[in-house]
Amino acid sequence: MRPGFFLREALRGLRRSSAPALAALLTVLLTAVVLGVFIPIVQAATGTANEVRGRVAVDVYLSESATRPQIAQLGAALRRTDGVKSVEFISKGEALARAERKNPGAFREGAELLGSNPLPASFRVTPADPDELRALTDRLAPGGQPRLDAIDEVRDREEETDEILAATALVKGLTAGLTVLLLFASIALIANTIRLSIFARRREVEVMKLVGATNWFIRWPFVIEGVIVGFGGGLLAVLLLVGAKETFIDPLSERFTLLAAPDTIDFPVLAAVLMLACVAVSALGSAITLRRFLRV
Amino acid sequence: MRGAAAINAARMAAPRTSEAVPDRPGPQRRVPVAELVRVTKVYDGGSIGLERASMTIGRGEFVFLVGPTGCGKSTCLRLLQKELEPSKGEVRIAGRTLADIPSGRVPYLRRNIGVVFQDYKLLPNRTVYENVAYSLQVIGAGRAEIRRKVPDTLRLMGLSTKLHNYPDELSGGEQQRVSIARAFVNHPPLLLADEPTGNLDPETSIGIMQLIHRINRTGTTVIVATHDREMVDKMRRRVIELREGRIVRDELSGLYRPVESTPAFAVVA
Repeated sequence: MRPGFFLREALRGLRRSSAPALAALLTVLLTAVVLGVFIPIVQAATGTANEVRGRVAVDVYLSESATRPQIAQLGAALRRTDGVKSVEFISKGEALARAERKNPGAFREGAELLGSNPLPASFRVTPADPDELRALTDRLAPGGQPRLDAIDEVRDREEETDEILAATALVKGLTAGLTVLLLFASIALIANTIRLSIFARRREVEVMKLVGATNWFIRWPFVIEGVIVGFGGGLLAVLLLVGAKETFIDPLSERFTLLAAPDTIDFPVLAAVLMLACVAVSALGSAITLRRFLRV
Repeated sequence: MRGAAAINAARMAAPRTSEAVPDRPGPQRRVPVAELVRVTKVYDGGSIGLERASMTIGRGEFVFLVGPTGCGKSTCLRLLQKELEPSKGEVRIAGRTLADIPSGRVPYLRRNIGVVFQDYKLLPNRTVYENVAYSLQVIGAGRAEIRRKVPDTLRLMGLSTKLHNYPDELSGGEQQRVSIARAFVNHPPLLLADEPTGNLDPETSIGIMQLIHRINRTGTTVIVATHDREMVDKMRRRVIELREGRIVRDELSGLYRPVESTPAFAVVA
C-alpha cells in the first residue's frame, strides 16, 4: 500500500525496542552459523559414505577354460541383467597389474615363482543400488552355482560388503537425523525469540486495532522488521562463514580431501540458501505470531 | 417486608418501559446512532455482562452510563465497538447490525467511533503528535492532511507545547487529552469514553469533561461510562443507570443517583 510508510514504521519499531530486536538478530546469526558449518560437514560425510558404497561390487571370475566368444557372450549377458549399473572386464594381465599396484613386489615374485599368472580374468559388476548387491549375486549365481560354464565363481566379498553397507547407512542416518533436528531447533528458536519481541508489544497492537487499523496495516511493519532482522543476521552469519572458510578451511583443504570433497554444496549457493531461510523464517515468524494478537 | 418488595417491583418496572423505546419513534426521526436491542452478554466464564438491555441513542446526544463497577457499562461500550459479540439481541450502529459486519470490515466501523479509555492506551513509543497522527495514517490520510489536522486538534486540546513529548513524559490529564485528540482528530460521528476521568483528580476531570462536552457540541454523539458522581450531577445530561447488567433507569436530564425522596432510592439506601 505505502511501502515508505511501512518501512519507516518498521525502522521505528526496531529503534524503539532495540534489545529484543538485537536478541532476535543474534539468534538468527548463531543458528545460521551453526547450520552453515554443519551442512557442508553433513554433505561431506554423506558424500564419502556414498563413494564407499559405490565401490561395492560383485566379482565374476572366469574359468581358465573360457573361450573368447563365451567371455563376450557373458559380458553382454551381465550388462543386460537387471540392477546392473556397470560391468568392467578385467583380463588376467590387468588383474596382475592391479595386484602389483596394491602390493608391489609380492605378486611379481609369486608370478615368477609359479611361472605363470595365477590370477583369473573377471568381470567386476557394479550394482545400481548397493543395497541390492545380495540379490544381484543370487541372480548371477543362484545358490552359489554359476549359471554359465564360463564362470568359475561369483563373489561379493560378503563380510566386507556387509560392514561397508552397515557403517555408511549409520553415518547417513545419523547425519540426516541431526540435520532435521538442527533445522527444527533453529526454526523454533528464531520463531520464539521473535514471538517474545512481539509479545512485549501486544498492547500496542491492541490499541492499533481499536483505532481502526486493518490487520495488514499492523502486520506489514512487523513483517518488514522480521525481514530486516533475518537479513541482518543472515548477512553477518555469511560474513563470519566466509572469514572462517578463508582462514581455516581453504589452507587445509589442499591437504585433506574430505574438506575439498567435490559434492559439498558450493559456498555461494550455501550462503544464498542460508540468507533466504533466515529472512523467510523471521518474516513468517512475525506474521504468524501477530495472528494471535490481531483477534480483537 | 411486603411493601419493600412492591416498591422493588416498581423499580424493576422501569427497565421494561425503557425496553419499549426502540418500538416508539425515538427522540429523533432519523436512524439512531447507537442502539442496543434486548442485548444479553454472557461471558465465557458464565458471568453476566448485560441482561436484556435496550437503549436507543440519537444523533448529537450526550449520554452517561452510570452504575457501580461490574454493572455492565464497559460491556456496553465494548459491544458497540464490536470488540465483543452479544450472546443474544442486536447491537446497531447507524442502523447497521454489527453481527452482519464481517471481521474484515470491522476496522472501517471503528474508524467512525472514537474511543477514550481510563488508562489512555497511548502508543508508548510515539510522540504526542505521532499518536494523534496514527489514527489518520490508519485511514490512509495524506501527509498534508495530517500536518494540517494534528496540530489543530492538539491546540484545541491545549497541548500545543507538548507535540514532541512521549506519553510517559506527560501527566495523567495531559495523556487523557492526547487520547481524546486521537479519538477526535478524524471527527467521528460517535465518541465512546470508558471512565475517562477514573484516574484523574477532580480539577483535571473537569477540564477533560469540558473537552468532551465541546466535542459533543460539534455534533458528535458521546457516550461516557463513569462513576464520577459529581460530574454527572453537574452536567445534567441523559443518564442510563445499570445494575448487575440490567438497565434500571433512563432519564433525559438525570443525576448520578435518583433524587433522595424517590422511593427507589430509599430502598437502595
